[in-house]
This record gives sequence, C-alpha cells and structure tokens, in this order.
Amino acid sequence: MADLEIRNLVKRYDKTEVLHGISLDVEDGEFVVFVGPSGCGKSTTLRLIAGLEDATSGEIVIGGRVVNNLEPKDRDIAMVFQNYAIYPHMTVRKNIGFGLRTSKMSKTDKEARIDEVAGILGMTDLLARKPSQLSGGQRQRVAIGRAMVRDPAVFLFDEPLSNLDAQLRTQMRLEIKKLHQRVGNTIIFVTHDQVEAMTMADRIVIMKDGHIQQVGTPAEVYHKPANTFVARFIGAPSMNMLSGTVADGALRLGSGEVLELGLDAADGQPVTVGVRPEDLHPGAGPALVRGPVTVREPLGHETLIYVGAEGQEVIAKADGRTPPEVGEEVTLTAALDTLHIFDAATGNALR
Amino acid sequence: MTATEIRPTTDALLKTQAPKKPMNTGQFIRWLLLFLGGIAMVMPIAYMISTSLKWPHEVYNLKLIPDEPHLENYTYVLEDGRFYWWFVNSMIIAVITTVCNVIFDSLVGYTLCKFRFPGRYIVFIAILSTLMIPTEMLVIPWYLMSQQFGWLDTYWGIMFPGLMTAFGTFLMKQFFETVPDDFIEAARIDGLNELQIWWTVAMPLVKPALAALAIFVFLGNWTAFIWPLIVTNSVEMYTLPVGLSSFGDEADVAWELIMTGAAISTIPTLIVFLIFQRYIIQGVVMAGLKG
Repeated sequence: MADLEIRNLVKRYDKTEVLHGISLDVEDGEFVVFVGPSGCGKSTTLRLIAGLEDATSGEIVIGGRVVNNLEPKDRDIAMVFQNYAIYPHMTVRKNIGFGLRTSKMSKTDKEARIDEVAGILGMTDLLARKPSQLSGGQRQRVAIGRAMVRDPAVFLFDEPLSNLDAQLRTQMRLEIKKLHQRVGNTIIFVTHDQVEAMTMADRIVIMKDGHIQQVGTPAEVYHKPANTFVARFIGAPSMNMLSGTVADGALRLGSGEVLELGLDAADGQPVTVGVRPEDLHPGAGPALVRGPVTVREPLGHETLIYVGAEGQEVIAKADGRTPPEVGEEVTLTAALDTLHIFDAATGNALR
Repeated sequence: MTATEIRPTTDALLKTQAPKKPMNTGQFIRWLLLFLGGIAMVMPIAYMISTSLKWPHEVYNLKLIPDEPHLENYTYVLEDGRFYWWFVNSMIIAVITTVCNVIFDSLVGYTLCKFRFPGRYIVFIAILSTLMIPTEMLVIPWYLMSQQFGWLDTYWGIMFPGLMTAFGTFLMKQFFETVPDDFIEAARIDGLNELQIWWTVAMPLVKPALAALAIFVFLGNWTAFIWPLIVTNSVEMYTLPVGLSSFGDEADVAWELIMTGAAISTIPTLIVFLIFQRYIIQGVVMAGLKG
C-alpha cells in the first residue's frame, strides 16, 4: 500500500494538450474517483499513472518513488479494464494467476494465493471455467481477481462497470466498495457516471477539458460545488441555473424577488443562482421562479415538475400525492441556505 | 427442445413450398454459374485420376472412363525410389517454410498492428506493394543471390524466398487488429515482456488465422514449381512437382505417370485441407485475397 502524488502532470499528443498540468495527492488506502464527461482526460490520467503512456511533463509519485521512467510492471499497480481484458483461451484460474506469472513466488504459494483471492470474490467453484462460460458480473470479478492477486500498492479501475446492466452495476458497486473496506489498498477509479462517483468515493476528482475542477468528498462536491460545471455535473436531475444581479449585497432575481443574502460583490454584478431540484418546491416563501407547469414526472413518493420560466425549464420537486396540474401557474421556493451563487462571467462560486 | 420441435415444421414447410415456387431467372443464372464453376473445378481432378488409370496409348483419348483401367502406374511410381526422395524433399520444405511463416509473418504483422513507431505505415505499404510483383520477375534476382551465397541446389536455396511472405504478414496484421489493446496492456501491467505477450496472449487469440496461414503456405510450397525447378540441378534435390515433370523424356512426356504422382501428392494436401477447411474460408474472408 502506498500514497500517490501527481505533480503538474501534462500530456500532449502532437500539438494537442489533453492534460494541462494537474496536481493531486491521494492518501494511502484512499478510494478516489475521477469523474467527468468523455474527453475530460480522466482515462488519460489513469493510463499515465499505469505507465501505459508517457507523461509529457510533470511527476507521478507512488509510495515516495517517482515512477515516470518505470515500466508498468515495476510501478506496483494493477489495473482493471473496461472490457475486463480477461483472456478467452485461459481458465478462470489461469486468468487470475496471470498476474503472478512473473512473480518469484513458489508454485504452491501461487496456487494458494489464487485460491485465497477466488475465495474472497466467491469464485472458488468457477476456477476451472473459461470466460465464455461466465456471466458479465463473474467476468468482472475475474478481472478484479487478477488485479488483487498481486496485492498492488494502487488499484486502477478504468470504467469497469460501464458494460454491466443497471442492476449488476449497483451490485458490483457495492462489492467493490466492500472489497476496498476489506483489503484497504489505494484505489483510483475512473467513471463518467456521477452516481458511481458519489456512492463509492472517499474523495471525488471532477475533471473537464484536461483540468481538475474540484476535489472533495461526495458531500463537499454536492453541497459546495466550486463552479457551475461541478454544480450541474453532480446530482441528478441537474441543478437549476437562474440568472440574477447583485444590488447592495442583495440578490435580485429574474422573478423580481429580492433576497437579502449579504453578498460580497460589486453592485450590478451579474450572477448565476443554482438551486437543486430537490431543494426547490411549490409553496410560500421567497418566490424564486414563477411559471406554468409544462410536464410532470411522477416517481411515486414525489413528482418532478418542469416549470417554464426565464426561457428555460426549471425542475422542482412536488408532493407525490397532490402535485400541481400541467398548465397550472406555480411559485417555486427554496430555503435561502440551499442557494448556490456563482459569478455569471467565470462560473466560479461566490457563496 | 424448441429447436427439435420447430425443425420438422420448417422442413415440412420447405417441402410443400419448394415445388410451388418456380425458380426465377436470377436464381437460375446463379445456379448455372455455380454448376459450371463446380464442373471447372472437378474436371482437372477427374482427368488426373482417369489418366493415372490409363495405359500410355490411351492418354490422348479424352474419354473420362479408361477402356482398361489398371493400377500399374501406381505400382511403377511407388516402386521408383526417386518418388520417395521428392516426397520427402517437398515435405521438409513445406513444413519448415510453414513454421517459419507462421512465426515471422505473425511477428511482423503483430508489430505493425500493435506498436506505434515512425515509418510504420511506410513499412506496411512497402511490404504490401511486394504483393504486386509476380514470382516470374523475382526468380532472376533470387537465382543470382543463391549463386552468390552458394545456395544453388540446396534446401536453403529452395526455401529462402518463401520463409516470410507479404501476404502472410498482411493476413496476420489484419487478424491482430481483432485482438483488443486492453488484452495487451493488461499483460504489460502484469509484467510480461513484449515477446511473451505476443506468444502467450496474442498468438492463441489468432489461431484461426494461423491455421489459415499454415494451410496457404503449406499448399503454396507443396505445389511450387518454377523456383524449385530453377534452383535445383540434381534429381535428389527435386521437389515433387519438379520431379513429376521429369517423368518421361523430352520427346515423350509420360502423362500417365505424372498424373499418378500428382494424384498421390494431393493426398497430404487433401488431408490438411479437410482438417482445416473451416479456417481457410475464414482466412480468405478476412484477408479478402489469396497470395
């Protein structure tokens, strides 16, 4: 086990720079999830850590050792790929044992280690099978087993759940989390799914266009998003964005409502006000949004309502039993401490 | 269960429908072309076997069924010691060349497919462009090289031009494209060196291509004629096709003996083909051409 440090990491393909000097500290035993839309550089970062690609500049430090010039096998890492990368011509036993091929362990020790890992993953009965005789979830487990068998300092997961169906994904998510609690190795997990990131991570790294947007615990990135990108990316449905201006430390909204928030910003500065659908609901209080209901989405215990206002559709949560009718004019409100205020020009959080 | 229940119904359906539906013109032409193609394929083999059963005076009679079929030609060829020499020569050459092709073509194909290096595309095009040069144009340079190296009339001389082929390299490169990069990267992380990855991960995954390549190369070398004819001088170094063509003398070619030898020499290729025919079709489909 070891900590991982990334210092000013840059990756360039010919003239295109895809990572613009990112830095990050990962503590020993931490479960860190890289999340972001496709093309944000999260997989590239992972491949650089694995040594599958060379960094243009910057340093990668694993366990106090700069590994930039080390081969993947010498970095004390193991990786689980999106397509599992388990070999169809080998049995489960051989696949799991593949990571030990170059190890100096005795044959009996290797066999014992394979059995131990298979036991942890509940695959003891499947060791003689070929991958073609396994289900998707079982194949995923073999891939994890192959990574585990070497007991690496750092586990790297490259979107390992994206090929599984929704139910299996939830199940494997739980299993990987339990596995982490059990073995305690450092894990770097890449995904584009913010739910996976929220549910599994100790800390989330949100990336966009080769930059880190925010690093924080799931609660931090949810409740204190650093900018509008993070605010909209984390949470489903996405955070509503309303426009407003600052007037004497107060916030003047498009709906005409003025909220005394004590903002530390210049008079007349345009701002973006973020409010999560789960915080926004019809009722009495400061009127953040006024408009007609355009669509209702009943979810049983609650109903999502889409309200047309300010040339966009604002999503809010209404009561599951007596939601407003489609076409009905509603006034949406929220507690003031749930509002997120961003600079309209830069998108960075002001509050 | 379901399949066995359904099948009789489908068969019955086909039986009842078939006579009702007259063959349209397009279908008829397709069947006719296939039929003619089939005849064109079978006739030479039929004539080969027919001629091998004829007496010399009957050879130029084009009747397919000999008047007095006999096996004397087989007895003669099999009792002639030279035939065994040629058979062994052909076998040694075909086997060694096949093994070399399987190894070298796949090594080069794998490298061109899975590694990114400057000039990769140029190398690939250069290799591919040699496919356009006919053997007839190459025999003179080959001969001069053999002469310089002292390889005339040796196994090495017969084999060296074919130890690696552009076709095989192309075929293998195309097949290695189907091996996911993840497999190779996973093995790299697991600590295997590049040669080990090629051998333990990539090669087992392209077995059909290897089988197809092996068949192509084996058949090609087993039936090769021009180059072995040019590079060999002594009767003991002849390969089967060259040896067979030497039956008879300049004035009178002993076709019945040549056809007998040819009939016997098709047996190994037939065996190889019957075992691997599934792969050969896959190989042709995949590569889109035959070298």
